[in-house]
Amino acid sequence: MEKHSTEQLNAVCSQVRRDILRMVHACQSGHPGASLGCTEFFVALYFDQMKHDSSFNPDGKGEDLFFLSNGHISPVWYSVLSRSGYFDTEELKTFRKINSRLQGHPATEEGLPGIRVASGSLGQGLSVAIGAALAKKINGDDRLVYALMGDGEQQEGQIWEAAMCAPHHKVDNLIASIDVNGQQIDGPTKEIMNLLDLKAKWEAFGWEVIVTENGNEIAQVIKSLEKAKSLLGNGKPVLNLLHTDMGYGVDFMVGTHKWHGVAPNDEQLENALGQLEETLGDY
Amino acid sequence: MEKILDTKYTYTEKKDTRSGFGDGFLEVGKKNKNVVGLCADLIGSLKMGAFQNEFPDRFFQVGISEANMMGLAAGLTIGGKIPYTGTFANFSTGRVYDQIRQSIAYSEKNVKICASHAGLTLGEDGATHQILEDVGMMKMLPNMTVINPCDYNQTKAATIAIADHEGPVYLRFGRPKWPIFTPADQPFEIGKAWKMIEGTDVTIFATGHLVWEAVVAEAMLREEGISVELINIHTIKPLDTAAVLASVAKTGCAVTAEEHQFNGGLGDIIAQTLVRNQPVPQEFIGVDDSFGESGKPEELLEKYGLNAENIVKAAKKAIARK
Repeated sequence: MEKHSTEQLNAVCSQVRRDILRMVHACQSGHPGASLGCTEFFVALYFDQMKHDSSFNPDGKGEDLFFLSNGHISPVWYSVLSRSGYFDTEELKTFRKINSRLQGHPATEEGLPGIRVASGSLGQGLSVAIGAALAKKINGDDRLVYALMGDGEQQEGQIWEAAMCAPHHKVDNLIASIDVNGQQIDGPTKEIMNLLDLKAKWEAFGWEVIVTENGNEIAQVIKSLEKAKSLLGNGKPVLNLLHTDMGYGVDFMVGTHKWHGVAPNDEQLENALGQLEETLGDY
Repeated sequence: MEKILDTKYTYTEKKDTRSGFGDGFLEVGKKNKNVVGLCADLIGSLKMGAFQNEFPDRFFQVGISEANMMGLAAGLTIGGKIPYTGTFANFSTGRVYDQIRQSIAYSEKNVKICASHAGLTLGEDGATHQILEDVGMMKMLPNMTVINPCDYNQTKAATIAIADHEGPVYLRFGRPKWPIFTPADQPFEIGKAWKMIEGTDVTIFATGHLVWEAVVAEAMLREEGISVELINIHTIKPLDTAAVLASVAKTGCAVTAEEHQFNGGLGDIIAQTLVRNQPVPQEFIGVDDSFGESGKPEELLEKYGLNAENIVKAAKKAIARK
């Protein structure tokens, strides 16, 4: 794959953010906050880091795989999948509408290319990613498995079952990231259920832990993922604490849980789009 | 009592259905290299040790973390593996319903959920472990196939057959030593009911351990001049609707027998099939909206009304209602 410059990747991010806002506006539902916050991460994965094939083989043999555990941020994933060739960008218009392949939360049943497992009910994606990583080991496939979780999602018990399991089985072909934006639906994570020291927790469970201080700076996200890759192959999985700002890119949405699952109205959309350059052409 | 009766199927040996699973699992592992195993700290109880010893690289001990195990299994299918998960029926279903629902059933993953110690015949461990709702939960899930074999041989055959079926399967079996009364070389066709005995007065549809109780009940009823048709419903979903309807068209009444709640079990799906197509009197053998308790399997089947004597009474009642 041809390497994109930071400038080119930032241009993709701007377009992806426009897609996210227009998608949730069109159906007046969905989750723009963390979708905007994780845009750089998704663009880094699909436009720079992963070896993947948009013709889409569900088994993904010989490819890097990505699993989204916090499935409610589907808008960013759908946009990035379509912008990297998995399906026509026109289909983004159907998000959350009847008879669409773009379900509110990602699903396989409608056959949307790029999705390998349903997610939305939280806490399950890391286990699935570990399973897929184990399958790669059995198959002698040396490509990697990536997963993304939310920080609020760390409150689910299954996450810690999975956290214990991956080092025990030496799943060292897995890079899991946590979107640390400090927010969840009801408010700041500190107030809702304090996560305390995630780094110490994951290290205590036997993971190599790295920190991406600014997950909204694409060069830094790429550097972190490169570092994560360099730590693999030594019997331990890697956990990336990806610090982002919820709602990043739109001044009135940034840094608050209030836009976790709320769609902008016409006026707010216009305001937001005015802050984001149309770089690749709106769908 | 069954020894003196002239049953149409007999046995010389008793063995637990979980051993049928363990032996079938080893055999299917030899036949199909994509078969892999996972167990949540119950390798001995599930008889998965032989497979683990033979194929250590294809087997994962996951500790006491059933939710994680279901996710791992879903992930292993991506890459072409055919995972068999092993734990007790309670922890295979109720404890992990949402994981099965989202990551396996809705995601159409080729996972085989192998569930031991189902029903009252688990015995002394009591109600915490005696799940009687699992068939209901699993058969409500779209895409899920639900199989409840009746003895060692049928469980072994089913364990081997499910590897060739693309899609999620719930395979339910149990703990106690139970008569082996079906042939070792039986074909096992998923979704195909097995007419074990032909008859004309009443049809007994039985599943799991209660198929043996129904075999005994048939002999008791025959002594009284009642002609019973016995159908072994090893696959509860998809139900062999044609076989069910053809039989009741002849006999005009039905008894269902299962080690499960009335709610959600085999009786429910048979009733639904009959009501929609061909209403006839039906009597239910199962647990009537209660939890189980500690005791010996045969004591529990008697106390909760699930043994051959109860099937006999139910058959007579069904016939009287015609």
